[in-house]
Amino acid sequence: MKIGVLAVQGAFIEHRKMLESLGAECVEIRQKADLEGIQGIVLPGGESTVQGKLLHKLDMFGKIQTCIREGLPVLATCAGMILLAQTLYNDPVTHLATLPVTVRRNAYGRQLGSFITDQPVKGIGEFPMVFIRAPYIESVDDSDVEVLATVDDHIVAVRYGNQLGLSFHPEMTEDTRIHEFFLKMIQ
Amino acid sequence: MDNKQYELNKGLAQMLKGGVIMDVTTPEQAKIAEDAGACAVMALERIPADIRAAGGVSRMSDPKMIKGIQEAVSIPVMAKCRIGHFVEAQLLEAIEIDYIDESEVLSPADDIYHINKRDFKVPFVCGARDLGEALRRINEGASMIRTKGEPGTGDVVQAVRHMRKMNAEIRKVVSMREDELFEEAKQLQVPYELVKYVHDNGKLPVVNFAAGGVATPADAALMMQLGAEGVFVGSGIFKSGNPAKRASAIVQAVTNYTDAKLIAELSEDLGEAMVGINPSEIAIIMEERGK
Repeated sequence: MKIGVLAVQGAFIEHRKMLESLGAECVEIRQKADLEGIQGIVLPGGESTVQGKLLHKLDMFGKIQTCIREGLPVLATCAGMILLAQTLYNDPVTHLATLPVTVRRNAYGRQLGSFITDQPVKGIGEFPMVFIRAPYIESVDDSDVEVLATVDDHIVAVRYGNQLGLSFHPEMTEDTRIHEFFLKMIQ
Repeated sequence: MDNKQYELNKGLAQMLKGGVIMDVTTPEQAKIAEDAGACAVMALERIPADIRAAGGVSRMSDPKMIKGIQEAVSIPVMAKCRIGHFVEAQLLEAIEIDYIDESEVLSPADDIYHINKRDFKVPFVCGARDLGEALRRINEGASMIRTKGEPGTGDVVQAVRHMRKMNAEIRKVVSMREDELFEEAKQLQVPYELVKYVHDNGKLPVVNFAAGGVATPADAALMMQLGAEGVFVGSGIFKSGNPAKRASAIVQAVTNYTDAKLIAELSEDLGEAMVGINPSEIAIIMEERGK
């Protein structure tokens, strides 16, 4: 199984290592040509403004958007989820806009507001959640969006068909269950 | 700082990887940097080239100016304090800066002791010229390292030297027998556990960026090919002819740092690079500060 990990900026190596430890083949997506033949894509954490711009400048935006709309499985963490969001609560600029939710950027404030907490994820159980200058989901805007986790009444994980969006960083823990779940989604 | 906070602080540096952190002196410059694709900005009153030109004592920036930049952009904002000046660091923490650079670019406030960065919740990045300096700063609580280079010169030679030296020393530690690591720790003046980490993992325990003298997309890609995980650009952008275009080109060169054809295209028509000064022409050697 070949998984593309968007590698224009951010914490992509962590995802790659975790997926490879689970036996998946990974390719780093830096240009349009790298998208050929992938069966799933990971949009990692990093800075969404940077990643969004680079998707356009490197001419990958349209192809990735089309692939996701046509059902390519996607795991998006933190900045990745911002790229997927159809609406951003505090930013007029949206990116791929394939996930019908409203996301609030930097929802917990600056770095001093970053935190770690153990909370349940639907279908997986208690999970160590690492939030770094993280966003959360202000509202889901389609009844088909399934809420997988909330922290303090804020939505932090959703699934919408082939799209998995998380506020937190499973790739920064030792816990591989969410990545396993993603690989099962592909099969 | 508890262990969880340190993990979160190292984690923020991981999020910055593959990105470019740009020095800015005004909210307008910060917007230009963000629009060009900077993954963070460093807020300071004077960029290193101007610090050199002005001479005198260089200190932490006016908090009001830093707050103006925090309001102007949504990306992380960093700021510098003087080496050893823990009260400047306390002030930066009080205004909720995202990362503090305990920096040799400013005049050192203490010629012996660095800040005990473990006392802080806010993360720190520190400069280093070799593995010993890097591990000493990490032991003091730094959650990110950058090469020192020689700031404000537009000359990449020292950044190259520091990155090569650090990586050569890492390779040496990796190749050592385990019973040799105790002596290596003594030589490097760092705890055994940090040397053991480098031996087992072949890298620093925190993210390592390049800084000091990067002026062109090719400079940035050179540092990435030499093993940097991202790049700081100080004077190189806003001392050049077309800051927005140069900034954007450097960002793309860092993402595709092995694609020579693309970097060649990006390097076209960038206007004038910063003039630059050679090491032999400068009066203040900043890399000598804080060992």
